[in-house]
Amino acid sequence: MASHGIKDQVAIVGMGCTPFGEHWHKGTDDLLIDAAEETFASAGVTKDDVDAYWLGTAMSGMSGMALARPLQLHDKPVTHVENFCATASEAIRNAAYAVASGAYDIAMAIGVEKVKDSGYQGLVGAAKTPTDGTGRTLTAAAMFAMCAPGYGKKYGVDNEQMREVLARIAWKNHYNGARNPRAQFKKEVSMETITNAPLMAGGLGVYDCSGVADGSAAAIIVRAEDALKYTDKPIYIKALSLVAGNCSGNADPSYDYTTFPEIAATGRDAYAQAGVTNPREQIAMAEVHDCFTPAELLIYEDLQFAERGSAWKEVLNGTFDLKGDMPVNPDGGLKSFGHPVGASGLRMMFEAWLQLRKEAPEERTIGNDRKLALTHNLGGYPGEMVSFVSILGNELG
Amino acid sequence: MQGIISAAGYVPFRRLDRSEIAKTFGSGGGKGTRSVASYDEDTTTLAVEAARLARKSAPDATINALWFSTANPAYLDKNNASAIHAALRLDSQVGALDFGGALRSGVGALRTALDGNSSVLVLSSDMRDGQPTSTDESQGGDGAAAVLVGSDTDGPVIAEYLASATATEEFIERWRAPGSRRSRAWEERFGEVKYAPLVEQAWNAVLKKAELNPDQVNRLLITGMHARAVRSIGARLGASKAAMGDDLATTVGNTGTAHAALLLANALETAEPGQVIALVVLADGAEVLLFRTTDALNAYKPKYTVAKQIENGAPLSYGKFLSWRGTVTLEPPRRPEPDRISASVSGRSEEWKYAFVGSRDNESHELHMPPARISRVGDAVDDMAAAPMSEVEGTIALFTIDRIAYSPSPPITFAVVDFDGGGRLPVELTDVDVDGLQIGDRVEMTFRKLFTADDIHNYFWKARPVRS
Repeated sequence: MASHGIKDQVAIVGMGCTPFGEHWHKGTDDLLIDAAEETFASAGVTKDDVDAYWLGTAMSGMSGMALARPLQLHDKPVTHVENFCATASEAIRNAAYAVASGAYDIAMAIGVEKVKDSGYQGLVGAAKTPTDGTGRTLTAAAMFAMCAPGYGKKYGVDNEQMREVLARIAWKNHYNGARNPRAQFKKEVSMETITNAPLMAGGLGVYDCSGVADGSAAAIIVRAEDALKYTDKPIYIKALSLVAGNCSGNADPSYDYTTFPEIAATGRDAYAQAGVTNPREQIAMAEVHDCFTPAELLIYEDLQFAERGSAWKEVLNGTFDLKGDMPVNPDGGLKSFGHPVGASGLRMMFEAWLQLRKEAPEERTIGNDRKLALTHNLGGYPGEMVSFVSILGNELG
Repeated sequence: MQGIISAAGYVPFRRLDRSEIAKTFGSGGGKGTRSVASYDEDTTTLAVEAARLARKSAPDATINALWFSTANPAYLDKNNASAIHAALRLDSQVGALDFGGALRSGVGALRTALDGNSSVLVLSSDMRDGQPTSTDESQGGDGAAAVLVGSDTDGPVIAEYLASATATEEFIERWRAPGSRRSRAWEERFGEVKYAPLVEQAWNAVLKKAELNPDQVNRLLITGMHARAVRSIGARLGASKAAMGDDLATTVGNTGTAHAALLLANALETAEPGQVIALVVLADGAEVLLFRTTDALNAYKPKYTVAKQIENGAPLSYGKFLSWRGTVTLEPPRRPEPDRISASVSGRSEEWKYAFVGSRDNESHELHMPPARISRVGDAVDDMAAAPMSEVEGTIALFTIDRIAYSPSPPITFAVVDFDGGGRLPVELTDVDVDGLQIGDRVEMTFRKLFTADDIHNYFWKARPVRS
């Protein structure tokens, strides 16, 4: 049993990301073309230069032809991947392994989701598998809402304190998103507005839940030794870790909704692959899956950004703010971007790409010069989730 | 000796205060309350609840057949008793039959079972509707009853079946077209005149068979949808005034097909050994049944009596009542409605879906809900034993209110439930008022209808606070 990783074997040499939002005038094909063209230009390659493609989408298309047709790819291998909300991350993970294996020289990972054509607010689900009707019908909001009282009970955080902590997370992400032209929501939101918003599920209000948006993002991957042919600032892949949970949290009475074991496992694995021994001191910034504010709170601890039971205090201290000790979601996160399921993982990497290359706009620049960035993507619910962690770096070694 | 081995009534949790009707429309209503089935109940699920209670009072009794009567079936063509049979996890060799349509079918099935020589779980269930402000709406009720009929070889008989008599005559007194929710009735006096001689005929015949005088009847239970005839006949039968039992009109309402057996169950729960109970049913003629309670009643301990269920009811607004009955349609959450369930998937998971049977790993003893082939602890493959969980209580570990999920009656209350003896399931709560709900509260399982799509009812289990 081993998870060796492919540290420093492949590099990202070009990236693109469409604005995220309600693209009533753009379809899936338009979003794919926009993201792909920006990415080709970023790396200085053409679609014919790319040897193989990985397309991530959870509900906007089936098969590789969903990409080959709009891009008019000629005799190219295109793999369609889906892994809940970690779909885009899954696309780049597989593309990176393909390049590392030597099978291809250049690969593209591209993720897309066209969510706003369903006619409903929120995500309405992907494949409709015939069932016996006994599955849970609860929304993700309600499932994640249970983390707040779970955490509060275990660590002695009362409802009022918890309300402030969760609002502070939302406030921070909207503060960052207000400085990002690609974000769906580009406005700061006051603590008071967040706190008094209408309730959606449990104690979670509208601003505790990420929005829903359309969007696409992509990356070009080459072998590390070839990276400088394409850019003088390549971003090296240090770690890629994925865990698909066995759903035991639903059935295990010892599960207390204060941790996501799948996330903790991907964190440990990714740190081992990358040789990270002290994430808090070695990682410059992290993009994490803030689908709901309690998720971000627990992720801080599962990814070892904070000691167990202490993340809520660090939130209030500003540790995870843009200029804080450990900036989390400097681009505004799912809170500001919305969540096109198949694109979010690559959108997170796009922010790491900008920050590690010092290309983020001045008002959104993080306050440290560390060399590593982390992205984290989850799909599913407390007790049953897919988790992905990547570590990227701007230097070899 | 054929008789009753156990009997139970099920009165749903919600009550409509009849005065709410007049407050809304300026007419209709009346005094007292009526019972209201939850939005997630139908006559099939009501019957399951009654049957579960009856079995708890006689857990070792034999059941050779299950008969189900209702005037408000969840399905036509399809046998509703089969879903009940599955929920009770009865052996496939136990026959399950619907006796459908007429209000008389409830007492008819009971008498037929008593006249036979096998053990039969006789279930009757009904949900009574009427136009807003109508007498049927306010005076009707929802409920179910279960009577386990058999002989001493099947289980201790708590009430011996003495005799019965019937009187049948065709007359147009109350009727309803298939598919309609509105019953119609002829001018009241006509029915009253028609019923009186039929009841007297059957009454005299049954007393003669049993060699009893009217004053030897300790409990006289009279029911029928013709309230005026029911009221006036009592005095003409010669039983003592003290024998007149509570007809539950002011608390539950008239539960139609189920009401005869519901009154019988209620009477048995308060009766003494050696008492004679007479059940008189007016329904397109008359049915009269006579019982005498036995000494076995002393050891008979009902789990959750009708009286206790009446006491524990909680109010429901008239607006909710109208929406639950489909009289008014409320704006649903803007989420997709669920797809119909798959018949073949449901067939494969019958034990889980209908009977709430998980599996327990023989090595690690970890409980799996839904049942699994590979253990999540120890990873043993195909080494599990069936773990029936429907009668196991649990504790709420966490709960939440979901205001955006699809539900026939939003919002959904959802809890993570830890079952006694191991096992956890995140499951929807029902029959619950959120105010006052707390982590650590005790819950039990109840068989419900989650939704209906393409006319297929999706039955499964929910949890509710323990009130018994």
